[in-house]
Amino acid sequence: MLLKELTEAFGPTGFEDEVRGIVRRELDAMGLSVRTDVLGNVIASAGAHRPGLRVMLDAHMDEVGLMVTHIGEGRDEGGLLRFRPLGGVDPRVLVSKPVVVGERRIPGVIGAKPVHLQEASEREKPIPMEKLYIDIGARDAEDARRHVKPGDPVVFATKYEELPHRMAKAKSFDDRVGCYILLEALRRWKGDLAVFAAFTVQEEIGLRGAHAAAYQIEPDIAIALEGTVAHDVVDTPSHGQSTVVGKGPAITVQDAQTVANRRFAEFLWETAKARNIPVQWRRVKGGSNDFGAIHRIGKGVLGGAISVPVRYIHAPTQVVSLDDVMHAVDLVVAVLDEIAKGGFRP
Amino acid sequence: MPKYLSVFKQLLEAHGGPGFEEDVRNLILPHLSEYAAQIWTDPLGNLVGLVPGVGEGRRPRVLVSAHIDEIALVVTRIEAGGFLRLAQAGGFDPRTLVGQEVLVHTQSGRIFGVIGAKPPHLTPPSERFKAAKLEDLYVDLALPEEEVRSRVRIGDRVTIHRAPLDLLNGRIAGKSVDNRASAAVLLEALALLKGMVHSADLYAVFTVQEEVGLRGARTASFGLAPDIAIAVDVTFGAFPGQAPDESFPLEGGVAISFGPNLHRRVFKRLVDCAEKYGIPYQIELSQRPVGADANAFQISGPGLAAALIGPPIRYMHTSVETVAYDDIWQCARLLAHYVAEVDAAQVEELTCY
Repeated sequence: MLLKELTEAFGPTGFEDEVRGIVRRELDAMGLSVRTDVLGNVIASAGAHRPGLRVMLDAHMDEVGLMVTHIGEGRDEGGLLRFRPLGGVDPRVLVSKPVVVGERRIPGVIGAKPVHLQEASEREKPIPMEKLYIDIGARDAEDARRHVKPGDPVVFATKYEELPHRMAKAKSFDDRVGCYILLEALRRWKGDLAVFAAFTVQEEIGLRGAHAAAYQIEPDIAIALEGTVAHDVVDTPSHGQSTVVGKGPAITVQDAQTVANRRFAEFLWETAKARNIPVQWRRVKGGSNDFGAIHRIGKGVLGGAISVPVRYIHAPTQVVSLDDVMHAVDLVVAVLDEIAKGGFRP
Repeated sequence: MPKYLSVFKQLLEAHGGPGFEEDVRNLILPHLSEYAAQIWTDPLGNLVGLVPGVGEGRRPRVLVSAHIDEIALVVTRIEAGGFLRLAQAGGFDPRTLVGQEVLVHTQSGRIFGVIGAKPPHLTPPSERFKAAKLEDLYVDLALPEEEVRSRVRIGDRVTIHRAPLDLLNGRIAGKSVDNRASAAVLLEALALLKGMVHSADLYAVFTVQEEVGLRGARTASFGLAPDIAIAVDVTFGAFPGQAPDESFPLEGGVAISFGPNLHRRVFKRLVDCAEKYGIPYQIELSQRPVGADANAFQISGPGLAAALIGPPIRYMHTSVETVAYDDIWQCARLLAHYVAEVDAAQVEELTCY
């Protein structure tokens, strides 16, 4: 199952190799022209030399993670690993979670001093990252060094599982759902249009890969495919929910990096409505995606984002609706059809 | 040679909080049956196995216990949207629950859930420096509200969903290592004792409801009225930021507790026994009654001689509690050798002050 394989792959920012391997395998099987650039982006194209509009579809391969920074010494700290975040990780979700360390996938757990031994004042605050350690079971520093080293990246060890009512849980739906949607849309879409697929690196530390990919592709239109914030849960007012899981893919109006081109956003909306694909507006201003970088490359690029609502994004266990994912594939295919038919002119 | 490693991992995957230990009890029962002449369950749910000693007349009576409940949560309210509010059944640090996968135990089976974590994108700076409070946390079952209301009832129990993980050096991380590690100690000790001759009648007791106040230990020790009662329970593994006397290295051997709550002669015998058989040990000092079954044992009925031993674990009361199986094995060796050497004279001594 491709979405399972993608979400369970090890791919923190800057260490996307496993995801790249899966993406390349799938693209090769489709017989597309595929290359990898100097940053590690995978760029595939179909009908690259066709006249007319050049359309870029983007999904980032990286996920938030951690990096081992120091191997502890001494009686109490010996063999325990200190770490820092790779991308935006809330320290509050880290304690008491399993992880895997390095590309050799050494299992570890993130632990802290037990609550019994904490002062009342310590208990009132989140446990700061510098008081957390990754424990791989090493006896001492020397033992730990045989298995890991500073610089090793770390990801959560969460299994993909499907839940009732077409829901699923996993790590890194941000943005392996995007990778999945892009691959499935490419598999399904047949038409006369120059389509470029960019599977980018390092989105989580500032949309790095997307800058370079968009520069190389020189698209007329670009669409980022993302997992986005959904907080449609108890105690959250409507304006803080951003999106609702199960109500279809979301279209961005404005985020921290982008003010949507209203005409293109309406085009996405109308295309969905015309084909009975459920769709919703993304209702918060924070956060961003690769389109934030893409639209200011070169002379500027028109486009937007199609996002799948993800509950508990950036946390170890994230939840999506598989219907939302499939509807996003439908929408991408429909949008390519419409553009190919001349339904949208920049 | 240790023989219960895989059973230990099964125990870590079993779910049983205070007052609903039956799955754990049922898992232990066939193994206990291999050693015990009689097995019964008392009114609170303590599982007792009697392994008779040899000899005529009054034989020493030794109780060894491991509590089999784990810290758990209880559903207190179903909110709009089908999200569940929780209360404690044992001492979770709510901060360790954020983003955790759980199972809700309903009449119609287990339901997977996630304890919600607000994404950083939506968290105002003022909230970032506050510890999560249990009353603000909720379980998301990712089910339609009607289905939640038809399946979940107030009072349904919630436990952590976590498969055990093998770390390096035979160290194992998971939920409920506190105190299934000690259940494994008892099983390993019973296996060792099978090859030894002992005069004491041994009562191996898997106690309930320790995490909410040593309740099973109280009735079990009263009902069995042993001469000596030894609790096996986990203690704090060495970790940065802990006081030296609250920090015991993993693979450092058995932690043997010393203090007013524990009988000094039993303590001394345990230490001597460890020395005699080359069993690694470390001494844990308590200035107050201990937070384990041995606390209840000491003042059970007319009072009895209590002791406490156990393996150190890291990250106590989280879902990644970590133990070295070698410490479990060393605890079992000490327990078996100690029990094998208890005789009538030692029981006599207990009241000689």
